Amino acid sequence: MPAQKPVRLLAIASGGGHWVQLLRLRPAWEGCAVSYASVHASSADDVPGCPYYDFTDASRRSLWRFPLVALQMLWLLLRVRPQVIVTTGAMPPLIALVLGRLFGARTLWVDSIANSERLSGSGDIARRFAHQVITQWPDLAHGNDPAYWGSVL
Amino acid sequence: MIFVSVGSMLPFERLVQAMDAWAGAHPDTKVVIQYGNGAYKPRHAQGFAMIPAAEYRRLVADAQLFVAHAGMGSIITAIQAGKPLLMLPRLQTLGEHNTDHQLATVKNVGNRPGLYSAADEVELVATIDRLLAAGAAIPAPISPHASPELIANIRGFIHGKKVA
Repeated sequence: MPAQKPVRLLAIASGGGHWVQLLRLRPAWEGCAVSYASVHASSADDVPGCPYYDFTDASRRSLWRFPLVALQMLWLLLRVRPQVIVTTGAMPPLIALVLGRLFGARTLWVDSIANSERLSGSGDIARRFAHQVITQWPDLAHGNDPAYWGSVL
Repeated sequence: MIFVSVGSMLPFERLVQAMDAWAGAHPDTKVVIQYGNGAYKPRHAQGFAMIPAAEYRRLVADAQLFVAHAGMGSIITAIQAGKPLLMLPRLQTLGEHNTDHQLATVKNVGNRPGLYSAADEVELVATIDRLLAAGAAIPAPISPHASPELIANIRGFIHGKKVA
């Protein structure tokens, strides 16, 4: 079989629990050309040997940062040119997911395990844009949208 | 040593002030508080606004007890380090988070061994004293990765396979 080029994948998450959950998914993209992005420069230490980019954190409390975050995400996508985007949230990665889809990437939203009784607000928006949204709680699955595929714990 | 963390995003003054007061009342126990971008700076405990990831994990590993908000970063770090975690959930009514999902987290994730929670600051302090006196359970070790089922399904998505 001819050697295939590895899939270019962007694994992106906000800080704290979002990033910790993303790291627990790492075996899923073994063999891919993966780039990581999160909010703290020091998180690069968690993914030695992989390209790492940081971006400004924002939430619904800091909507004024959104134009800046959108520009950062655009620049990130132009550098990484991902074929697949996987994110564990939250708001800024949602922007990357929406823009990335416009550029033709396949996009997966993994809703945080913290959202145990209802899907996150960002996850709800992601249902309109992502190729696939998954919840980590079986009770929150609604057929395939969102689907339940297992949990990070 | 007791390590206290409010997580990486929002301030959580209730936790910081309660734990700083506890540190003042227990000068023999070292208390380190990561207090985020809150206005209140610890007076008795050693305080840091933010702590780089590696140092944060080392503090959790070195702590006798880890006290934090009910965030998944804190919970997963505690379980991975095998350290007892005492959580004070952030409340939406007090402006501590956008939703009350931390109450749901305590209910749905916090029932694992080695994870404890307190409804308020009074219960928090009482629980610390009880855990330090009687000894706390230790979280059962877990794999460093997500469930094999989730990994396999995401791998399938990445390579364009339909998931049943």
